[in-house]
Amino acid sequence: MAYPTQFKYSKDHEWIEVKGDVATVGITDYAQGELGDVVFVELPKVGTKVATGKTFGSVESVKAVSEIYAPASGEVVEANGALVQKPEAINTDPHTAGWLIKIKLANAAELGTLMDAAAYEAYIAEKKKEASA
Amino acid sequence: MDSGNSPANSGLRKTALNALHKRLGAKMVNFGGWDMPVEYPCSGGLMCEHRAARGGVGVFDVSHMGDIRIHGAKKPGGALAAVQQLTMNDASKLAIGQAQYSAMLYPNGTFVDDVIVHRLGEDDYLLVINAGTREKDISWVRENTKGMDCVVEDLSDAYTQLAIQGPRAVDVLQRLTDAKLETIKNYWFTHGTVCGLANTLIARTGYTGEDGFEIYVPSDVTTSERVWNEVFAAGKEFGILACGLGARNTLRLESKMALYEHEISDKINVWEAGLDRYCHLEKGEFIGRDALVKSKDEGLKRALVGLEMVERGIARDGYRCLDESGNEIGVVTSGSPSPTLGKNIALAYVPPSMTGLGTAVFVEIRGQKCKAQVVATPFYKRVRTPRAQPGMAVPR
Repeated sequence: MAYPTQFKYSKDHEWIEVKGDVATVGITDYAQGELGDVVFVELPKVGTKVATGKTFGSVESVKAVSEIYAPASGEVVEANGALVQKPEAINTDPHTAGWLIKIKLANAAELGTLMDAAAYEAYIAEKKKEASA
Repeated sequence: MDSGNSPANSGLRKTALNALHKRLGAKMVNFGGWDMPVEYPCSGGLMCEHRAARGGVGVFDVSHMGDIRIHGAKKPGGALAAVQQLTMNDASKLAIGQAQYSAMLYPNGTFVDDVIVHRLGEDDYLLVINAGTREKDISWVRENTKGMDCVVEDLSDAYTQLAIQGPRAVDVLQRLTDAKLETIKNYWFTHGTVCGLANTLIARTGYTGEDGFEIYVPSDVTTSERVWNEVFAAGKEFGILACGLGARNTLRLESKMALYEHEISDKINVWEAGLDRYCHLEKGEFIGRDALVKSKDEGLKRALVGLEMVERGIARDGYRCLDESGNEIGVVTSGSPSPTLGKNIALAYVPPSMTGLGTAVFVEIRGQKCKAQVVATPFYKRVRTPRAQPGMAVPR
């Protein structure tokens, strides 16, 4: 799966897409592959404040819990309620239908520290090499 | 001979099928110091593997488990005496060809390990033990049989052990052996030719709660891979899948089978773990007996129960159990979604007063109190179809 060039990426395998002052956040294809079949998602309520680098929810497979870290600070304006019934969307469409939350950004400048698609692809290529060593 | 499986080697230990698992693209994990497959994308992942074992047939590489042979030396009965001293179940009840679930205990009645004891011969026993406790167990056995009239052999590296599990396991294995599998009852075993290998141990045992067999073949890579491939060729029409430790865990949890360092450990005794029926105090002296008698009189301080989540959330290993007021009253030993039941289940230690079916127990999940209730175990029990008699139609 290609990594959309309009997204920014965190070291914890979240992606963020900015449209105006609202950003959509999800986990990457690499992250969903590592996790396995997603069975459960815990998302914050609308109005919750999220802070960069702090957890805002969790995505669970049968065998593991993965806490999700906010790639930028802001306030939750929407959470993807469809994931309650269909958590598997995170596996099949991690960059589209599997989005987790939309936030009103507190400070767009924070995104400057995130990776672009090329840097993220290099980052995970390195991780895959380490894993098979 | 250094097979590369001693803990002194840096890095994880590997079974003979390690390269094969990686060629299959298995996701690998460190389990007790072993580099093991946790799930296979080519099988469709954990859920598919779990379902294959429940409804068809799945194959697990469990070669990381250990094997200790205890056989008589000079006088007959020396090995039985050793096994009786070391384990809590009554090995004198075993016929040749029969196995039993048992455990080795510390003097205080807690667990060294759980074990399956197989009676191989007149005075000849095979103890199959856990991967993570191999060295501890072999030292324990050697230490506690010093001066006894028996020979102890560590055969752990000698075997590749495959668990072929599920309702179609017997059909698959029958294609590969001359042994008449319909004559082997649950928890019995035989030796037969499997994939051309003479005198192969074939045991009707497993860790899934389904019918199935465990076969023990020579642990060289060539033989191990050949056998794995032949099992898969024979199993193709039954939809055979490679299964990893992820499915192994969900299967055994649904069937309420203990996992060392979770439901049983050196801090938990036999009564707390609810394994009374495998503990035969009346057989005579064994390590841990005195402490067990004493603790039986003193009464239980905690007991193992099954939990089913009522509120939304997944209880997992090590999560705290709370009462309604938020006081800590116990701990989850193993917890996971149950693929078969479609519910989130767990085993947990709680006070004896809270073991009644339907009792509310709260599980702390990332700081939140989440409601569960005590349910009967095992969570899943397989439907046993009657063995086919000539002229009788057996429902599939």
